Amino acid sequence: MPKATFSELRLEGVTRAFAKSVALSDLSLTVKNGEFVALLGPSGCGKSTALNCLAGLLPLSAGTISLDDRRVDTLAPERRGFGMVFQNYALFPHLSVRRNVAFGLQMHKTPKAEIARRVDAALNLVQLSAHGNKHPSQLSGGQQQRVAIARAVVMEPQVVLMDEPLSNLDAKLRHEMRGEMQRLHRELGLTTVYVTHDQEEALSLADRLVVLHDGRVQQIGKPEEVYLRPVNTFVADFMGYRNLLAMTADGEGAGGDLHVSGLGMSLTARHPIAGDARGAVTVAIRPDDLVVGEVEGNRIDVLVQSVEYLGKDFELEVQTEQGARLFLRTSEHLSIGQRVTIGVRPDRVMVYS
Amino acid sequence: MTAAVSKGARPSLRHRLADRGFDRILLLVLPALTFMLVLFFYPAVYGGVLSFQPLGGKGGPFGDYAKFFGDPYMRESIWNTFRIALPAALFNVLAAIPIAVRMRGRVRGKRTMNTLLVVPISLGTVLVSEGLLTYLGPRGWLNRTLMGLGIIHQPIQLVHNMWGVIISLIITGFPFAFLLTLSYISGINPKMEEAASTLGAGPWKRFRYVTLPLLAPGLAITFCLTFVLAFAVFPSAVLLGNPAGDSHVLAVAAANAAFQQYDYPMASAISVITAVFELLVVALVLALRSRLYSGSTAGGKG
Ligand SMILES: Nc1ncnc2c1ncn2[C@@H]1O[C@H](COP(=O)(O)OP(=O)(O)OP(=O)(O)O)[C@@H](O)[C@H]1O
Ligand SMILES: [Mg+2]
Repeated sequence: MPKATFSELRLEGVTRAFAKSVALSDLSLTVKNGEFVALLGPSGCGKSTALNCLAGLLPLSAGTISLDDRRVDTLAPERRGFGMVFQNYALFPHLSVRRNVAFGLQMHKTPKAEIARRVDAALNLVQLSAHGNKHPSQLSGGQQQRVAIARAVVMEPQVVLMDEPLSNLDAKLRHEMRGEMQRLHRELGLTTVYVTHDQEEALSLADRLVVLHDGRVQQIGKPEEVYLRPVNTFVADFMGYRNLLAMTADGEGAGGDLHVSGLGMSLTARHPIAGDARGAVTVAIRPDDLVVGEVEGNRIDVLVQSVEYLGKDFELEVQTEQGARLFLRTSEHLSIGQRVTIGVRPDRVMVYS
Repeated sequence: MTAAVSKGARPSLRHRLADRGFDRILLLVLPALTFMLVLFFYPAVYGGVLSFQPLGGKGGPFGDYAKFFGDPYMRESIWNTFRIALPAALFNVLAAIPIAVRMRGRVRGKRTMNTLLVVPISLGTVLVSEGLLTYLGPRGWLNRTLMGLGIIHQPIQLVHNMWGVIISLIITGFPFAFLLTLSYISGINPKMEEAASTLGAGPWKRFRYVTLPLLAPGLAITFCLTFVLAFAVFPSAVLLGNPAGDSHVLAVAAANAAFQQYDYPMASAISVITAVFELLVVALVLALRSRLYSGSTAGGKG
């Protein structure tokens, strides 16, 4: 199978409805050749649905998928040539590791010698050369995972789709495999659509993130954009903005700064996302953006409620005089019952109307 | 701790037994075991012993066996039984596969279809045979329809020969084979076929290289069960077949020995011969099965 080339994979208005619910609605996305895109979102938001639609395993209810000018959404999965790593691996239990990896090449009637060469290379790539004759049930979870990856990438597919490939692994192995994923993507340069519910994984691997919620796209952007500038409270919450506060916007101040107050706090936000300059708003702040001490006029007087030691630093739960709870991370050693002043940089205060 | 140590390094008897799978819950199988011993094992052994005691002691312990194999008419009943049971069992299994493949997952009308298929099992062979007799007979609907349409000019003979028996075995055995196959096929994770399709395998190759190998061990069991059922065919051989001719199967031979000649040892010998041939086939199939993959079909995640 020749490695067909294309310059972009385009999804337009991709929608999938089930009998009672719409699992994915109106997903539009353009993936460049060689790009690594992560679909990110909580459980049930439609990530697997999106991937299955891409692979051709689920017919679309509406929309189109095309490679450059060639529509592919009407092709059966076996003719689409997208590789897929399944959420639960879906290895063939009756075949050895080698024959699992060779399966796709055999289906394409690749000459024997070439199959042997490519399978060797793929097993080498995922560091499983020593396990070629074992059956999947004789492998650990992480090894099975790597077989699933080898089985997909040995085909050198135009696009490889991965559905939470690391979700069944323990924390250490997940971290290791994350490195391997990066290495694989660098070495093979395969266009990848990667599904995960783990924001850290998405941030560390992807060139671009697509955040989904209830089947709808919330935000598409580079990892640092999504991380630093979530477009709405849902994305903010998902990206770890644990402090979500109901406050009131008092109007714009000098230089486009916005004043928000409420819950015994008065803060300045330097932030372009805000809709209305007045009225009820939600303010989102990451725990690690809150620091001990006043910052550029932003000060909150709080009482330390609880301290959790996290190894490198501490996670504190503090309370304002009006009883609003805040979370912050700091390396300073504070104790319960202590009164402190904390602050936050105006550009790290997100305001959503 | 100290108590355990003072008793010596050996774990208690209870623990050692539990290690080998003996515990008090195992006592629950006693009633079933007793039942088996009384109702199955005892008659089997009794019959086995009886078969070595020919009437009047003629020909020593193997007298009845020698007589059976010495008589071409009797000997022929082995071949007759195979000629009826093998095609019926094979057909049942092979026909069950495509239908079960289509019916797995959620299909509209699945429950109705399953009910329709289960009905023949509950009707019993005698009723089915009676029905077939009028349906397939020379003046039955089938022949009349075919002749009316001008497809045939002479009624085709489908009853009072082995075809009638085979057809009745299919009607009663197929639902059984189908339901078993369906349950085996439903146990295969559909994700594996999806994986195969993303690797370029079309429907036939997915069936050939993924579903079939995972289904094969189940098919072997299904075959054994329907074969055993067919091998013991009796009522339909008498009612629908030609019990003195091509449907003179082993069960008919045994029944004749017991109830026409009152030769129970001979009947027992024929039963033992039936059992031996049955077991030979089952052993052969299971031996082939053991060479297949027969582990989990849940999808390679362990
Ligand atoms: N076959 C189906 N029939 C009906 N509804 C379905 C079906 N498959 C998925 N859904 C629904 O579509 C929604 C999205 O499911 P999907 O499997 O895409 O979620 P996901 O984002 O992959 O979640 P997870 O992280 O748990 O894997 C869910 O609400 C689910 O209930
Ligand atoms: Mg999923």
